[in-house]
Amino acid sequence: MIDMKIERQILRRTETSDEEIVVNFGPQHPSTHGVIDFVTQTNGEVIRRSVPDVGYLHRGLEKIAELVPYPGYMPFTDRIDYLAAMFANEGYALAVERLLGVEAPPRARYIRAIAGELCRISSHFIAVGTMAQDIGAATPLTHALRERESVNDLLEELCGARLTFNFHRIGGVAFDLPPGWADKVLRYLDHLDSYFQEWDRLITFNEIFVKRLANVGVITRAQAIDFGLVGPNLRGSGVSWDVRRDMPYGAYPDLAFAIPVGSGKVGTLGDAWDRFYVRVLEIVESSKIVRQALGKLPEGDIQVKVPRKVKPEAGEVVGRVESARGEMLYYLVADGSEKAYRLRCRTGSFMAMAIVEELSRGIMVADLIAIIASLDVVAPEVDR
Amino acid sequence: MKITLGLDSTSLTRRYPRLAVLASLFMAFGAPLGLYCAALLLFPMSSPERLDRVARQLLGYDLAASPYRHLVYALFLLLVAFVAVNFAAVFGGVATWVERRVAGRMQSRIGPNRTGAAGFLAWVADAVKMILKEDIIPQSADSLLFRGAPYFAMVGLLLPFVVLPFGESVVAADLNVGVFYLTAVTAFVVVGILVSGWASNSKWALFGGVRGAAQVISYEIPAGISLMVPILMAGTLSMQGIVRAQGGMPWDWFVFRSPAALVAFFISLTSSLAEGNRTPFDLPEAESELVAGYHAEYSGFRLAIFLMVEWANMWIMAGLAVTLFLGGWQVPGINAEMYRNALGTGVLPAGRWFVYQALSMLVFSLKTWALVFLFIWLRWTLPRVRVDQMMGLCWKYLVPGAFACLIVALLWQLLVPATGSTITGVVLSLGALGLAVKFVRASLRNISRVHGHRVDMSNW
Repeated sequence: MIDMKIERQILRRTETSDEEIVVNFGPQHPSTHGVIDFVTQTNGEVIRRSVPDVGYLHRGLEKIAELVPYPGYMPFTDRIDYLAAMFANEGYALAVERLLGVEAPPRARYIRAIAGELCRISSHFIAVGTMAQDIGAATPLTHALRERESVNDLLEELCGARLTFNFHRIGGVAFDLPPGWADKVLRYLDHLDSYFQEWDRLITFNEIFVKRLANVGVITRAQAIDFGLVGPNLRGSGVSWDVRRDMPYGAYPDLAFAIPVGSGKVGTLGDAWDRFYVRVLEIVESSKIVRQALGKLPEGDIQVKVPRKVKPEAGEVVGRVESARGEMLYYLVADGSEKAYRLRCRTGSFMAMAIVEELSRGIMVADLIAIIASLDVVAPEVDR
Repeated sequence: MKITLGLDSTSLTRRYPRLAVLASLFMAFGAPLGLYCAALLLFPMSSPERLDRVARQLLGYDLAASPYRHLVYALFLLLVAFVAVNFAAVFGGVATWVERRVAGRMQSRIGPNRTGAAGFLAWVADAVKMILKEDIIPQSADSLLFRGAPYFAMVGLLLPFVVLPFGESVVAADLNVGVFYLTAVTAFVVVGILVSGWASNSKWALFGGVRGAAQVISYEIPAGISLMVPILMAGTLSMQGIVRAQGGMPWDWFVFRSPAALVAFFISLTSSLAEGNRTPFDLPEAESELVAGYHAEYSGFRLAIFLMVEWANMWIMAGLAVTLFLGGWQVPGINAEMYRNALGTGVLPAGRWFVYQALSMLVFSLKTWALVFLFIWLRWTLPRVRVDQMMGLCWKYLVPGAFACLIVALLWQLLVPATGSTITGVVLSLGALGLAVKFVRASLRNISRVHGHRVDMSNW
């Protein structure tokens, strides 16, 4: 546990000569992707070390779970990660379903997979777009936002919201697919699959972009596992771990998909470019999953019968999903009442923050920005 | 009681929509055209000899013998300076609008389109807004330096206009050390950046200022050496002399006359991007790293000056490259003899002369705008390089490359006869044309390859 007050004092006191300064990257800074403060000790352009100071966006979301009934907490999960709210919904729904001993019907599971993968596409577009923006290229971000806009339109048609979906229910989903929606999705995916030629030419294999990211912020396999990284940050280091495949849930056991991992294609395995490229490949992979799920979509109910008053027996469960930012875990303790006794939410961004200090020793200021961007940190997910 | 002034501009334009269009057209064409005309009339007329002659022959007054002659000369020079300052400001403003519209197209959005026709008055509105805003001086800043820094940058922007030839005779002063003077005075901009970075007393501004100093001073070297190549080819340092040594057709341009010049052109273009703090070298104000860099603490009209310098500098960068490498104002089919004949020996030149001058200004402006477009495209396409990469590119590649170009250009001048240069010119310019055609075709093909994408100019 780092006490930031003491940490700041230490940093200030080690400001020994005129050459070293302590500078706050944040809480308000264009590249911190939300309200985070990176207290950074630098010697000119070279960083001695940078300590992330988190907590500015703490909203007590875990505590709120103890104050509202189980179904009532669903809209709050949206706010845990507003860029990938589908997964936050799904993880919570899974946990409560496990507590109740029910399972969503097959059609609902497929719809969950479709909505989730669309949401992953949307979230990854933000991740890769803002990463390009942080490296100084403005155009890829707007292109990514344009592509994401279409996904958001589709999700809006599905559940009426563009960002905080509140789409999942305990034991199913809120709405069935609207008529004609599947065709629209397929038409969009046709566009998306051909779009990546343009994207790769514009940014992925851009000479300057590759030079900026190759061999920067290298996370070795062992480091990635030791620091508990999850999701694309872990897979970027070459560790093939994905909850969808390795601890299957929902419709994923029926679907065939590849798990892209980093390969060190342009530099060292586990560098910032690998993490970027893993996300790009995951968008392509998600598109395949959505196609499959739409093809196999079974008929039937979208909601299993759940009592109006959700009152599970005392016990504790874990619900985990593969969110856009990696494994998202809900640890839920029930005490037999209609409210949770304790909810703990483990999120990918928070785990990623821990490694920033390790990576920041001796790098350039611009590299710190690249590393933060490559970890795809979403501030509300860090603090909850 | 509510007091209405009746001169509210929004209600005026809402009531008379044509007024907005007329105002836009006036600002879009009227203001630059007026400035061009003023430049055309004033620049050639402001030299002491010509003033003397005009006074003697038209007014019957011997100015050369008058005790007030220096006052008159200075007055005319002030007029020229006024035109140049306004040209820089108007170009800077228009360039911001063009940049935002072009960026909008590149990024699948529209860009400013509200104020005036096609949003053209956006830059006027922005300038007015910035001038009206409070000019905040941070308490801990070095007040004097903080206030003074923008003027250093502005001086660095305006002084090059003295030697930049807009047309055959349209130049404020054709110094015989023109190129040398120009490279010297453009360095003033970095003084402004460094001073503002230091005086702001902010860590971000300091980062930006130091980065700016390191960058601009480093890139002065390859820029200076690559500019030596056209100087060698023309045998003069005078800007007008260098343009006169070239011709109107592409194969007469220095850039295609020898391979060394072609390479030197790209080195000089890259260096001027770095000196002008344009992407991919916009490190001193890197938004995602340094928030706003050296002008992080500035607001109001001082910020407006910094921004004007940044955008108007594009005209200097592009104009310099056009003058030295791309034939400057040379109009195909009009040679030096025709200019001289049109000028005649009378007090005032014939109308034909003014037409030729206007044509040469048009050619120069078109070429310069083409390069400005290139800078804009680069900015919205490329990511930013890192500090060490920026320095590495300069010292490891551009400086040795520029030296190599200089030596090859020397040998070329000594060993290759003029016909050899002409043949090289034809071959290289045809090659450039082929590349341009290939580029356009590849772009169109790539656009059509993405499902649902097409070339669409309907919302422009």
